[in-house]
Amino acid sequence: MSHLKFENDVNQLLRLDSAFTDGPAPRWQRKAMETSRRSGPSNNTSLNSSCKNMSLNMSGCTPMKTSNRAPAKTPSHTPSRAKTPKSGRKSKTPGKSKTPGNAKTPKTPMADRFIPNRSASNFELGNFKCNSDKVHIDEEMMSPSKQQYQEAMSENLNGNVVNSKILAYKNKAPQAPEGYQNNMRVLYSQTKTPSSTRKVTRHIPQVPERILDAPEILDDYYLNLLAWSCNNHLAVALGNSVYLWNAGTGDIQQLMSMSGPEDYVSSVSWISEGNFLAIGSSNAEVQLWDVAAQKRVRNMTSQSSRVGALDWNVYILSSGSRAGTIHHHDVRIADHHVATLDGHTQEVCGLKWSPDGRHLASGGNDNLLNIWGYQCTREGNVPLHSLTQHQAAVKALSWCPWQASVLASGGGTADRCIRFWNANTGHCLNTVDTKSQVCSILWSKEYKELITGHGFANNQLTIWKYPTMAKVTELTGHQARVLHMAMSPDGTTVVSAAADETLRLWKCFAVDPQKKPVQKSHPDKKTNTLLRQQIR
Amino acid sequence: MAGVLQAAKNSITLKGSAEIVAEFFSYGINSILYQRGIYPPETFSRVQKYGLTLLVTTDNELKTYLNNVLMQLKDWLLDKTVEKLVVVVTSIDTQEVLERWQFDIECDKTMTDDSKPREKSQKEINDEIKAVIRQITASVTFLPLLEENCSFDLLIYTDKDLQVPETWEESGPHFIAKSEEVRLRSFSTSIHKVDAMVCYKNAD
Repeated sequence: MSHLKFENDVNQLLRLDSAFTDGPAPRWQRKAMETSRRSGPSNNTSLNSSCKNMSLNMSGCTPMKTSNRAPAKTPSHTPSRAKTPKSGRKSKTPGKSKTPGNAKTPKTPMADRFIPNRSASNFELGNFKCNSDKVHIDEEMMSPSKQQYQEAMSENLNGNVVNSKILAYKNKAPQAPEGYQNNMRVLYSQTKTPSSTRKVTRHIPQVPERILDAPEILDDYYLNLLAWSCNNHLAVALGNSVYLWNAGTGDIQQLMSMSGPEDYVSSVSWISEGNFLAIGSSNAEVQLWDVAAQKRVRNMTSQSSRVGALDWNVYILSSGSRAGTIHHHDVRIADHHVATLDGHTQEVCGLKWSPDGRHLASGGNDNLLNIWGYQCTREGNVPLHSLTQHQAAVKALSWCPWQASVLASGGGTADRCIRFWNANTGHCLNTVDTKSQVCSILWSKEYKELITGHGFANNQLTIWKYPTMAKVTELTGHQARVLHMAMSPDGTTVVSAAADETLRLWKCFAVDPQKKPVQKSHPDKKTNTLLRQQIR
Repeated sequence: MAGVLQAAKNSITLKGSAEIVAEFFSYGINSILYQRGIYPPETFSRVQKYGLTLLVTTDNELKTYLNNVLMQLKDWLLDKTVEKLVVVVTSIDTQEVLERWQFDIECDKTMTDDSKPREKSQKEINDEIKAVIRQITASVTFLPLLEENCSFDLLIYTDKDLQVPETWEESGPHFIAKSEEVRLRSFSTSIHKVDAMVCYKNAD
């Protein structure tokens, strides 16, 4: 059947090719007619009227076409094909135009596409309707219970912030550069430490002279648990006891032990004469011990929390507490508490009198370094200088032995800098980034050098040339951070106490034999300063 | 004359208060970024402020970002529509929120541009701000080390009916699931009161 139809179609086309006079009016004609009819009141009427008009047009030509037709064909075929001869190509797909609806109404015009009446339709309205429907569809479709549920969920998720909007700026902040390591992890930046290429003439042994065990030494940055007296006694606080090690003979004796089970010794400091040891404890006491008699001489309680730092200025003992207060104790008189220095808001962990006794430097966990004058009243003291440059707790403090007003200070993990200060003016003279926590600092008496004790990553001791701050050498060996350092009375040996529970003695400032005459004059100098201190 | 100047120094207007609070955030956020090691320390420079040495970024991109946010914040402070500012520290790799610094801003809503200025000395305010910034710098002692590389974002909580500007978008609150919380000090300009708090991921 289909092949017959095809044949038929081809025949019809061939015949129509020659002459085409009938069919619906061309579009331009229809358009012209429509515009003339535009006065019609509504869309519908104008459409209808144009339809009628068209069907009228058509009716005239249909009979002719039907005569050309095969009887089996549906009449609807003809008008569609006859309209444009080119559409004959389409008729090659049979059955396409075979719509039953057309068969019933053979008079309706059949077009291959629908051309709406553009001029008469309201596009703005249509467009608005289409779009507005899409926008509101979600909210309209949501039932009230669903809306409530959503609100409850957002409240649960966002906490009690239903009454506020949380906004963030669209352009986010830039990320840290690629490959950047958080600086608190100093592991990989360690190699970048400034170091000199200058050859050091002096031999510095790279291994410790002795290693002593220090079991139960507290791994607490804020304490000061090591002190070396002029009588060559090394005092070490281990847990709740204080031990004395005689560096000359190697004898060890236990000086004292705290009575309370929870108490521990938090600081030790020798008087300059070396016969009395001041001990600060976690229960806020400051005790004085006669070392020769192994007896407690005094117990001074004026602080309110643990005493983590102690230092002597002749007969004045200064103590720094966890509460941030510094007390001066005159150990000769009954009413020992002679002054309070209120300059820190957090624990005082570094406390050092200058060698000439004119300045006291104090460092705290509030990142402050305060320099105080020696003249103090009982209440209401203000520091001469309050130095804020350190970005971490200041524990490491040391006064230059040959320049009375030069102070070296070192900051904790977040800071890692050694800074030099003029105590008279409060100016920062120099600063060096060590790339590692500075736990302790000492000036050499023999050389124009300093030694610093460090924590992570290498737990090393570093010797620096002053004032160039070129690195002389690094002494490694400690397995954990170097917490405390002390220097032997002759200035040749440095002892370091670390969190790995060892004490290591480094003979790093050994006296050059050629300099011996210089050393001979040394004791005279010492008595001189002592005398001067006593006169004042 | 001196008396007039003195009076002017001690009185706080709404505009001045917004200025002070925005300035605090500028230094506070910079301190957090430096102290927490979110950006390399060599991109910061030292400035003296509030009697402290503070570190301020020198990275131009970061500066622009902070300026844009703080400019907008100042406007909202003037409108009294800000409730909180939150600094969220997120791990870049896992997108997990590790730290959340929250600054609650309470505002005296009765204050308008024309109302009588409040009395509070600049020094008093600065001392309070100093204490807050000190605590931020000291926080490294208790906050866990940020092991991974981190980025940060600033969230601003505003009134619900606020028109969201084109350059801003709504965000989630970025809470931390299991967190420890440490309250810090607060300061007040007598018009705006800022309460500080830090939450961090519990390490256990």
